[in-house]
Amino acid sequence: MELKLADYKSDLAPDWCPGCGDYGILSALQTALYKLGIEPSRAVLVSGIGCSAKTVHYAATYGIHTLHGRPLPVAQGVKLANPELTVIAMAGDGDGMGIGAGHFVGVGRRNPDLLYLIFNNEVYGMTKGQASPTLELGAQPKSLARPNIQSKVNPLMLAFASGFTFIARGYAYDVKNLARLIQQGLEHRGLAMIDVLQPCPTYNNLHTREWFAPRVYDINAAGYDPRVPRDMSDAERAERMARFTLKATEWGERIPTGVFWQAELPSFEERLGEFLPGYPKTAPATRPPGGEAERARALMRGHRVAE
Amino acid sequence: MGGMERPALDDFTWRVGGPQGSGIETAATLFAQALARGGWWVSARREYHSNIMGRHSYLDVRASRRPTRAFFERVNLLAALDAETLARHLNEIQPGGVLVYDPDAARRPLSKLAMLDGAAYKRISAALGGGDPVLERALEHYRAGGVRLVPLALEPLAREVGEAVGADALTAKKTLNTVAVAASLALLGYPLEFLDAALAAQFAAKPRVAELNRKVAAEVYRRVEPLADAGLEPIGSPGERIYVNGSHASAMGKVAAGLGFMSYYPITPATDEPFYLEAHPESGVVVVQVEDELAAVNMAIGASMAGARAALTTSGPGFALMTEALGFAGLTETPLVVSLYQRGGPSTGLPTRTEQGDLRFALGAGHGDYPRAVLASASVEDTFADAALAMNAAARFQLPVVHLMDKYLASTTRTVEPFDAGAVEPDPGVVAEAAEGVFPRFSLAAEGGVSPRIPVGTPGAGYWITSDEHDEVGHITEDPELRDAMMEKRAAKIEALREWLGPEKMYRTHNPEAETLVLGWGSTEGVALEAMEGLDLGYVQVRFLLPFPDLGALLEDKRLVVLEYNQSGQFARLLTQETGRKPDHLIVKYNGRPMTIEEVRAAFEAVLSGEAGAYTVLRAGV
Ligand SMILES: Cc1ncc(C[n+]2csc(CCOP(=O)(O)OP(=O)(O)O)c2C)c(N)n1
Ligand code: SF4
Ligand SMILES: [Mg+2]
Repeated sequence: MELKLADYKSDLAPDWCPGCGDYGILSALQTALYKLGIEPSRAVLVSGIGCSAKTVHYAATYGIHTLHGRPLPVAQGVKLANPELTVIAMAGDGDGMGIGAGHFVGVGRRNPDLLYLIFNNEVYGMTKGQASPTLELGAQPKSLARPNIQSKVNPLMLAFASGFTFIARGYAYDVKNLARLIQQGLEHRGLAMIDVLQPCPTYNNLHTREWFAPRVYDINAAGYDPRVPRDMSDAERAERMARFTLKATEWGERIPTGVFWQAELPSFEERLGEFLPGYPKTAPATRPPGGEAERARALMRGHRVAE
Repeated sequence: MGGMERPALDDFTWRVGGPQGSGIETAATLFAQALARGGWWVSARREYHSNIMGRHSYLDVRASRRPTRAFFERVNLLAALDAETLARHLNEIQPGGVLVYDPDAARRPLSKLAMLDGAAYKRISAALGGGDPVLERALEHYRAGGVRLVPLALEPLAREVGEAVGADALTAKKTLNTVAVAASLALLGYPLEFLDAALAAQFAAKPRVAELNRKVAAEVYRRVEPLADAGLEPIGSPGERIYVNGSHASAMGKVAAGLGFMSYYPITPATDEPFYLEAHPESGVVVVQVEDELAAVNMAIGASMAGARAALTTSGPGFALMTEALGFAGLTETPLVVSLYQRGGPSTGLPTRTEQGDLRFALGAGHGDYPRAVLASASVEDTFADAALAMNAAARFQLPVVHLMDKYLASTTRTVEPFDAGAVEPDPGVVAEAAEGVFPRFSLAAEGGVSPRIPVGTPGAGYWITSDEHDEVGHITEDPELRDAMMEKRAAKIEALREWLGPEKMYRTHNPEAETLVLGWGSTEGVALEAMEGLDLGYVQVRFLLPFPDLGALLEDKRLVVLEYNQSGQFARLLTQETGRKPDHLIVKYNGRPMTIEEVRAAFEAVLSGEAGAYTVLRAGV
């Protein structure tokens, strides 16, 4: 049966504020899944807690709306149990860069074949506009009692330091390009992260649609090549790293979007397969039942007092 | 103490003490394996500091003609591999027992023991008459207690023997543990061939090391004269017996029930289980070491949602971090097993010592009301069956199951008959026959609160899971009627679980006709049963703490004694809550050391003689 874009939409109407960037991200996500022809029932969306986290309920895939900060571990559990599934984790900036930041570093070191979307609105939308970890030092969006006195974290730089093999930035109101980025992220073998600039018209009166519109530009269209093949020389790689750093830290008058870094590293599933006989074919959620007693007996044999 | 006479050589305990990191675990394994090969039932327990190298540690290996699950306070032979061991175990050798020690060590003053902490220094100094006693005073102390002293300079012996069989000085020194075991077994008159076989097996992967150690053992046997009353003999064949600890048994039980996924963050004493599985890919388990316990629990939950059988291990500090996610598993009806290896709390507490201080925590961990099961294992044998049962209960009732273990069980290694893996039937749970389109994962048409399930990713279907209250397909709801219906559906699982288990899985009794019943849970059963031999006492082992068994009729008109490893009597309070009965005597221990048979016996005798108060604290242990 031919899949239609509508097949990726659930019956539930989103309850985001009018004009929220989350609408754009949802739409881009559905478009990307549709364009790649991924069966909705073979995709699992995993979110944390926040406005952004509700996204999973509006897609007609499997959706897991976890705890605040925990989408990444849950998504990894799903993926490692059943590597045949397309698994997309998503988090608000508070969720992903604050309470769940430890998992960001952890997942980077593993490189599982996942896509991770950060809904970056610089505030805690769901709890009424407090500063999120991506809000600039000194900034004071309207619901803050005083200017922000903590510095911001740069998700792209942190992703780089943590070992993510695909690092990108998108913009929620540029649905077409965001859908393309999501598609690329899904096609990437290994861990892909897209930091999505997401205006929150209700609480972030500083970085609005009007503020972003003249600033965002596509680095790939401007000729930036993110690919870092495995056999690249050290010198060339160092040059790429320097270029990445320049682009990833560019902010203000011009805000780069697109793919910043794309490297090749064995995925976590491949790494596991080197030690676990048959994995991922023998993955715990997909292997047929049977053989349990024999596996337990095999363990016991190693403990026999007499051979 | 307690007037317990042990016929010599029906039951024998060997203790080896030395600095952490010097390989005394290997010594204990060799001793245990040598005896096990001669048909003895052996148990070995391990006591150690939270330290990698240098601080005092020791192991007891008990060999008996029958399986044993507890240890005596006083051993038959202590092999002291360093001066600190000599100083620390002053009152822990039986009259008539043997101390093997290095005469050089005995010439050292107490103040020269670098790793001895201040509290121990004061205590030992006082026991030896005060001041800074030279350890020869310790020897006098042992002699006055009827201990036979066997000076044997083990380290020089290792060097000498090692060199005699052609090893260089450094390699020779490494055979110290073999020398200690060989010397002990030679003193006891036990045939060399069993140690020889144990050495061959122990070093099977390193043939040259094996050969050296076997030669060393033989040479030690040539040089060490058996004691006059020696006569430790093989008593049969080990048959199919296996030598396992609680961590192994817990892993094996879960594997038999289909375990497929385990994520973990290292913590003593819970890490041994995932570490063991990691080392044994034939278990078929995906084991992932993660960044913290938050990741561990949530990853296992994700794996379970996708259809893997998932479990975790942790101890108190890690479990504290897992509590939010435990409620997530409860609310989302996700099967999950957490083996909680209790250690001394609160906070970091006594990281390497035993306690049962997490019972109330396990029962109540997390915010809000949600169904969970809590069971506690009593022994290595129970652990295998309980771990499998926990997996099956989680799968069938779609809830988190906390499987209580403790450090004592985790690190006590015993010979047992192989576990009956064939008797474990992995429970598939209640699975929906066919699913298409939006699937009511949380259907209210749920017998015993259990909605038929399909894993996330099942082709052709779809649903949502949320940590919010939800409707039948998993979308968020705040509707008052749906809320009530969902709360009631989930709560119904507890009674359904109780019925499924049946009373025999929830508790067991020994001599329940007695007028006075001791109640315990977890690892107290072994020591209680051995301590009450010949006394007019009965025993009730409560295996499920939640749901709690119906004990009303059993306890009627009985005098009740509760025995447990925590200060506040957590189980005693639970008993009162569940049965309305307040125990007449509470016997507790919380110094982190296992209860000894002697001290529990004495406490029971005091109960029977009427001398015992309402609250008794056991304080034995080094
Ligand atoms: C453990 C925990 N702490 C705090 C909260 C309260 N809380 C809910 S959403 C949220 C912040 C959400 O911000 P963000 O992740 O940026 O998502 P947004 O709403 O902006 O999309 C917080 C703090 C919670 N649900 N759980
Ligand atoms: S508060 Fe902001 S992020 Fe949340 S729904 Fe409204 S606009 Fe979107
Ligand atoms: Mg936010």
